Amino acid sequence: MDPRLDGGEGIAEPAAAEREISPLGRISAFFHRHKGAKLALLLGPPLGWMLVVYLGALSLLFLSAFWSQNPLTAEIERVWTLNNFKDLVGNDVYRTIALRTVGVAAAVTIADLILAFPLAYYAQRIARPRVRTLLLLSVVLPLWSSYLVRVYAWRVILSGNGILNWTLAKLHLGQLEIGYSTWAIWLTFTYLWLPFVVLPIYASLERVSGSFFEASADLGATWLTTLRRVVIPMAMPGIVAGSIFSFSLTLGDYIAPQLVGNTQFIGNVVYQSVGIANDIPFAAAFALVPVAIMGLYLWGARRLGAFEAL
Amino acid sequence: MSTTNLEPRGVRIGMRIASIFVLAFLYIPLLVIFLYAFNSSVAQSWPLHGFSLKWFGVAWNNDDVRSALLNSIKAGLGATVIALSLGSLAAFAVHRFNFFGRQTVSFLLVLPIALPGIVTGMALNSAINFGGTIFGLHFSLFTIIVGHATFCIVVVYNNVIARLRRTPTSLTEASMDLGANGWQTFRNVTFPSLATALVAGALLAFALSFDEIVVTNFTSGTETTLPKWIYNNLRLPNFRPQVNVVAMVVVLMSFIPVYIAQRLSETAGIFERGEGR
Amino acid sequence: MIRGRLFAVLTAIMLVAAACGGGDDTTGSNNGTGGDTGGDTSSLPTEIGPGEGALNLIAWVGYVEDGSNDPNYDWVTPFEKDTGCKVKVKYGDTSDEMVQLMRQGGGTVYDGVSASGDASVRLIAGGDVQEINTDLIPTYGDVMSSLQEPGHNTIDGKHYGVPYLWGPNVLMYRTDVVKEAPTSWEPVFSGDSPYAGQVTAYDSPIYIADAALYLKAHNPDLGITDPYELTQDQFDAAIDLLKEQNGVIGKYWVGYADEIDGFAAGDMAIGTSWPYQVNVLQGEKEPVEAVVPDEGVTGWADTWMMSSNAPHPNCMYEWMKWTMEPDVQAEVGGWFGGTPSLTTACDALKDQFGKAADTTYHCGDDAFLSEIALWKTPVPDCGDDRGETCIDYSEWTRAWTEVKG
Repeated sequence: MDPRLDGGEGIAEPAAAEREISPLGRISAFFHRHKGAKLALLLGPPLGWMLVVYLGALSLLFLSAFWSQNPLTAEIERVWTLNNFKDLVGNDVYRTIALRTVGVAAAVTIADLILAFPLAYYAQRIARPRVRTLLLLSVVLPLWSSYLVRVYAWRVILSGNGILNWTLAKLHLGQLEIGYSTWAIWLTFTYLWLPFVVLPIYASLERVSGSFFEASADLGATWLTTLRRVVIPMAMPGIVAGSIFSFSLTLGDYIAPQLVGNTQFIGNVVYQSVGIANDIPFAAAFALVPVAIMGLYLWGARRLGAFEAL
Repeated sequence: MSTTNLEPRGVRIGMRIASIFVLAFLYIPLLVIFLYAFNSSVAQSWPLHGFSLKWFGVAWNNDDVRSALLNSIKAGLGATVIALSLGSLAAFAVHRFNFFGRQTVSFLLVLPIALPGIVTGMALNSAINFGGTIFGLHFSLFTIIVGHATFCIVVVYNNVIARLRRTPTSLTEASMDLGANGWQTFRNVTFPSLATALVAGALLAFALSFDEIVVTNFTSGTETTLPKWIYNNLRLPNFRPQVNVVAMVVVLMSFIPVYIAQRLSETAGIFERGEGR
Repeated sequence: MIRGRLFAVLTAIMLVAAACGGGDDTTGSNNGTGGDTGGDTSSLPTEIGPGEGALNLIAWVGYVEDGSNDPNYDWVTPFEKDTGCKVKVKYGDTSDEMVQLMRQGGGTVYDGVSASGDASVRLIAGGDVQEINTDLIPTYGDVMSSLQEPGHNTIDGKHYGVPYLWGPNVLMYRTDVVKEAPTSWEPVFSGDSPYAGQVTAYDSPIYIADAALYLKAHNPDLGITDPYELTQDQFDAAIDLLKEQNGVIGKYWVGYADEIDGFAAGDMAIGTSWPYQVNVLQGEKEPVEAVVPDEGVTGWADTWMMSSNAPHPNCMYEWMKWTMEPDVQAEVGGWFGGTPSLTTACDALKDQFGKAADTTYHCGDDAFLSEIALWKTPVPDCGDDRGETCIDYSEWTRAWTEVKG
């Protein structure tokens, strides 16, 4: 700027210390210097939310496992007792129900893994890019169709006069009386959680690049061997992550067994205790069972590194 | 990468057949629902009694359906906004800082999804009842949103942190070197590279909230979301045709957001470190 | 480090606060004026105030019809027009569920409930429902004499609701499978039932009373007098019978739609039912019939009760007044299959059904009502010289889980 145009005072070159810093700039600078404050600002809200809304509520719930219920009014009383746990352990039926639930959860997980792996493998490694997008879309789309309606669809399909038996009759293959049974529950759960299992496996297969296959072939392995000793170990985080979904979702579900089954699962008993009998202490005690099981499962999964693939 | 044939031909054919079979398994029940949406009679028997479009009109004119749909959308938006904020904050904290309990944060955030939904539902229900006696908390859209947001946080968190890990930190450093303060760096450098991850996370969070019934049963009181309307009406035989119609319409309409989410999660952030496949 | 400790301390404080809590308040029950059953009558309203514009009800299915099921049966729309109270209803499948729903939010979520005897006493004892001024219900004097002050809704002369419908749990069967009309509950309870795999039962602990009722007739040595007042031996015998029954059950029903689906699809052929399902199935031209077997039946007499902390008390009073109109009760009775409690409704019922008003509905028949073992909450006090030795409902609930296995 021409020194003669400024009114004679000369251009004041702004000294660095007097340069205008916007308020936002000041705040940024503060946080840049005080890392602890920045961490508190970042971590505070989410952690605060989780602690107050979730952990607080969860702890309260599991505390109530040690309380009892008034026999007449069915209201919760803060009378400390271990009776709920005694009932759980002493009565055979709860063990049966827990084992049945875990058994079905395991069966569902295995079925889902068997079904999911070829689809994930095909989508990741064999399909052309456009087909891959289409495949992934097709896997995710059913998740938008309402879980309840999908369960109900299976009920309609599997019932005595439903589509399955109608088809079997047309093919002269007899009839299957699985309308309300554990088979029906297994089928339904396998169906429901399949997309949740496919996606993590697909994501983890991404890490297995072509060079691994080539190296393995160079070392003399067949595809099957490569699959067994290279691909699956590398995809393990995704496999474990997928299995977490199918196992956990089956363990806690109370709606599907009621709609398509005729036996009790942990979820049913807990739901009836809470929503109907208001025996929250007992429900909380019984709910600790799947929580403990999932805790163990998650701990094992963490050891296998599955949380990176979630 | 998929066009370089590293798998033997037999395997490729086998995988293709298996995939078709699995996809068929996934879609047959959906097609059954679609079929029943056109069923003329109320009874859900097989074979269908007749073909009719009347249930579409009935469902559309049903006030309960529309208000339930509106509630679901409101709840989804609310939960998504909260999840976006809290999830990104947590992701930044875990990615940028090394602090005591860092591993535990991921574990903590995944708990609402990993633990059985009924446990989350029971816990929140008791907490709301408890809060009701302490400071007059009511079952309402607010409690629904709080419940949904709690397990949607982890979905956004995972997406954001995965993207952060793939974005080189040299860029933020360069930005600082050029004189930008923290906020300017965030606005001009970090945020654009995260944008698509945030959108993908938001869509997934919305999807989770939109179809949620297990926890919502415990946190909603008399408020109805779409899944809750479906749950109530599946038990009323006269309303089942409308339920089928609603389910079918939701699937067809959700094709668009699902497609967008899929494309977004595939594309890289604008500064992503390239990795060979 | 510090953050970790801070959160730990905060959590600990929260837990301690929760555990020590205040007074006698329990997590989730009401803490309002209804806390004791001995409230003073001076606090009862002397007139019904202006409507609040809304009403939230918990009801048995079929009790609150607005024409969306059948345009000919609608007693909600005229009520809404008259009073401006927009009705929202939540259907309950069991009394237990209804009690639970009623207590949500300290009783501030729902205004009223159509409570059966096994819910009503619990609600009164828990302070969840408030005393009703029956002077505000002009037709109260027309109620059947045995339902004017029944033990299930009147304590110490205080009325806690207005009676609605009553009826039996009948034995429903498909006529194409069960060729001869059964006269006994035996095909449902026997392990050798010819209909094994097609039997159904009500999925609620209260069903244990049905087994006890059966044993009362078939095992008189047990000495069962009241199927809800069972000593340990009697209770164990009932549970054994139910476990035997479990072997022939195809599927239990809890939502009435499950039973309708089951019978319509042929998965179920015989079992206990409410008259409502019989009506619906016959309306859909399914081959079903229902009988009252010789051993007797359990049943229910329902009362509309108002929450102690009802958000819309005036609308609730209007609803109670409305449902105590003879025409309304006759309409409900015709739809559901239950019997009105108003003697004045019997004329309208006779117009609808002719002789069936007497033979099927037993309208106004106090004698028939007294023979039904109405649902009530089992309590330790046997009410006779056996003292406090009877099994209480929480035991029934636990045992029911065992029965289903």
